[in-house]
Amino acid sequence: MTPLRVSIFAAIASLILLAVIFELIRSRRLQERYALLWLLTGGVILILSVWRDALRLFSDQVGIAYPPSALFVLGFLFILVVLLHYSTVISELSERNVRLAQDLALVEERLRIQERQLEKRKQTPPRLP
Amino acid sequence: MTLVRALVESSAPQDERIVTVRRLAIVPALNEAQTIGRVIEEIRSFDPGFEILVIDDGSTDGTRSEAERAGALVVRLPYNIGIGAAVQTGYQYARNHGFQVAVQIDGDGQHDPTELRRLLEPLAANDADMVVGSRFREESLYRAPFMRRLGSRLLAGIVTVIIRQRMTDPTSGFRGVNRRGIILFAADYPHDYPEAEANVLAFRHRLRIVEVPVSMRSREAGRSSITALGSLYYMIKVSLALFISVFRRYRALEER
Repeated sequence: MTPLRVSIFAAIASLILLAVIFELIRSRRLQERYALLWLLTGGVILILSVWRDALRLFSDQVGIAYPPSALFVLGFLFILVVLLHYSTVISELSERNVRLAQDLALVEERLRIQERQLEKRKQTPPRLP
Repeated sequence: MTLVRALVESSAPQDERIVTVRRLAIVPALNEAQTIGRVIEEIRSFDPGFEILVIDDGSTDGTRSEAERAGALVVRLPYNIGIGAAVQTGYQYARNHGFQVAVQIDGDGQHDPTELRRLLEPLAANDADMVVGSRFREESLYRAPFMRRLGSRLLAGIVTVIIRQRMTDPTSGFRGVNRRGIILFAADYPHDYPEAEANVLAFRHRLRIVEVPVSMRSREAGRSSITALGSLYYMIKVSLALFISVFRRYRALEER
């Protein structure tokens, strides 16, 4: 059985995590879409640390002898998922970054050509009526 | 010396199939102020019909002003985005401005513009959608460092198997494409170390690929973008990219 102190500690830790995430969302420093995985992580750990029978049942099922280890395993797996998710986000961001740079460079070149032509037109004196 | 020879032998393609076609030379450059002017001159003396577009991939030296002084168009990227994306910018320009043929020539002077003739021939005859200049086909005198050659061989083997067609120099950045290739590469071109993967990309889009022998020069200035330690990463990255490109799904592209 999970020692009570482990349960209390895990519950407090996940509550703090949830509170921090909540505050980050509230102050608009974290978008909801990136917070969902974190909320799920904190939520699951909170539930399993409070609902101790569920944690025992879960560790029995997957063959973990010492139930608190299951908390670590779950936490670790969630963090892996979050990191992987971030890698995809970064990939997409850098892809967009490149496209933005390309478009900007092409537009800038066009603009310079236009400006040069305009300059030339200004230099040729207007025809008198 | 080379410049003089190029001027003496100055020879725009006699082939009127090419002469009448709008053609763009894409010259990617990163800090090549020393060589870029000469490369531009050589391209022009080979064939004045080429519009020359230098893609300045965030250079910190005078690459841009040197290129403009030599009379090339310059697209300046706001920061370094890597050779693949830089070259792709050139293809996007070619697509947007209706070019029929585009060739890629490195700005470091490694590629000899007089060899463009060999690249253009299969395109003009409509035997190919993409032509790759190879250092390792028979006539070439080019000698790369041993490890580079070994890596090159390995990639050549992989690409040959994937595209079911002999490829001796899949990492060559000296290549030319017709309008189909321009449309493809403008929309989709590999990043980082793009050349080997670009062959597979072209193959998967059913472009006809032809490899022709070209001679290349040793670098005149600057240094290769691939360092010793980097080449291991290079091999792994490119191999992974090639492997995955076999399983990727490709959507048909349309002229726009």
